[in-house]
Amino acid sequence: MFSQLIIVVTFLFAMILSVFRLPDSLPLMLAYLRPEWITLVLIYWAIALPKTVGMKSAWIIGLLTDALLGSLLGLHAFVFMLVVYISSSLYQRLRMMASWQQSLFVFAVIFLSQSVFFWTGQITGTVQWTNLYFLPSIISALLWPWIFIILRSVRRKFNIS
Amino acid sequence: MFLDHLTDWLEPARASLATVTTPIILIADFPVKSVENLSLIAETRYNLIQDIAQLNQDQLLLQAKNQKLSALAVENNRLRELLGSAEKLRDNVVVAELVGVDPDPENHEIIIDKGAVNDVFVGQPLLDSKGLMGQVISVSRYTSRVLLVSDPSHSVPVQVVRSNLRLVAQGAGATSHLNLMFVQDTADIRDGDLLITSGLGGRFPAGYPVAVVNRVEGQAGKPFALVTAVPSALLDRSRYVLLVFTEDKKDSSKDNPYDANGDW
Repeated sequence: MFSQLIIVVTFLFAMILSVFRLPDSLPLMLAYLRPEWITLVLIYWAIALPKTVGMKSAWIIGLLTDALLGSLLGLHAFVFMLVVYISSSLYQRLRMMASWQQSLFVFAVIFLSQSVFFWTGQITGTVQWTNLYFLPSIISALLWPWIFIILRSVRRKFNIS
Repeated sequence: MFLDHLTDWLEPARASLATVTTPIILIADFPVKSVENLSLIAETRYNLIQDIAQLNQDQLLLQAKNQKLSALAVENNRLRELLGSAEKLRDNVVVAELVGVDPDPENHEIIIDKGAVNDVFVGQPLLDSKGLMGQVISVSRYTSRVLLVSDPSHSVPVQVVRSNLRLVAQGAGATSHLNLMFVQDTADIRDGDLLITSGLGGRFPAGYPVAVVNRVEGQAGKPFALVTAVPSALLDRSRYVLLVFTEDKKDSSKDNPYDANGDW
C-alpha cells in the first residue's frame, strides 16, 4: 500500500512538471524543450515493476492526463497503454541494456507516442506541423539516464519491489 | 476518442476528471505566483504610494469617461426605441485569474480559476482590459479552459469600425497577428483600422475591440488580399481576465453550446 502511494506521488510530480508554467520573461522557444515527463516515469515503472504498474494504471493515468492537458478524452490513455505494453513485454531485455541503449528505446517509444498524437491531431485538425514537433522525444531520451537514476534511488530508498 | 471528438456526451466525465486534476494545476502555478508575490513584498513603500496615486488618477479619469458613457447609452437606447429596434443589453463581467497555460506552444489555451460553481458556461467570451481574448471551451467545477483568438482553430466574426465591413478573423498560431480571411482586393480596409466583434454568429457580443489591421497586401493571381491584424488583447501577458455574461445569451447557450454556432 505504502509503495503504491510512493508510485502515485512520482506520477503526481511528473504531472506537475508537465503543466509547470514557465515565467513569462523566458522565451517561448523553451516550451518546445519540455520532455514527456509522465511517459518517462511510466516507462521506468513499467520496466522496474511490470506486475504493479500495468495496463490498468496506464489507462487511469492516461485519462487523468487527458483531463489535465485538455486533449481528446482517451488519447493519452490509449498511448500510455501502448507504451506500457511495449515496455513491459520487453522489460527483461531492457533491464540488461546499458543506459544509452535504454535511451534509444525511450526515444523510439516516445517518438511513436508523439506520432500517434500527431496523426490524431491531424484528423481532428488541432495540430500543425512544426520542425520542432518531435524535439520532446529527443529531449526525453537525453534525460532518461537521470530519470532512471532518480527513480531507482526512490525505489531503493522506500524499498519498493 | 471518437465519441469525444464527434459528440459532447463525454463532457460531464471530462468535467469531473478535470476537477480531480485541478490541484495539480494550482500546484504547478504556485512557484510563478509566489515569485510575483515576493516581488510585491520587496516593493518599496515609496513606489507603492506612487502606484496608488497613479491608480487613483486613472480611476478618476475612467469615472469621468463613464459618466459620459452612461448618458450616451441612454441616448442610444432612446434612439433605438425610436427606430423600433431591440434595446441593447448591458453586459456584466466577472474578473477571473489565469492559473495555467497549455504546455504545448502550438495550442493557444489557458486555464482560469472560475468554473461551474461561478456559472461559467461553454462558449462564454473572455476579455482583458484591451480587447477580446477568446472563449471558454470546457468547464470543470472550479476551473475552465479557454481557447484564445490566436489559436489556428479559432475564428471571430469581426467588423471594421470605419467602414462597417464584415470579415472573419482567424488565429494564425502566433500571438503576434490574426489572419483576415476572404478579403477582396477592392475592399475598404487599410492599415490602422480597428476591428470589433460584429455579434454575428451569436457567440460574441457586438462591439468589443479584437485587433488592429497592420498589413494589407493585394496578391497578384490570388482571389483575395493578404490582410493581417494585431490582437488588441495582451494574449500572452494578461494575468487578470474578464468573463462576459450577456443577459439574454446565457440560458440558450447553456442548453446546447453548439446551437449558437449554427444559429445565424
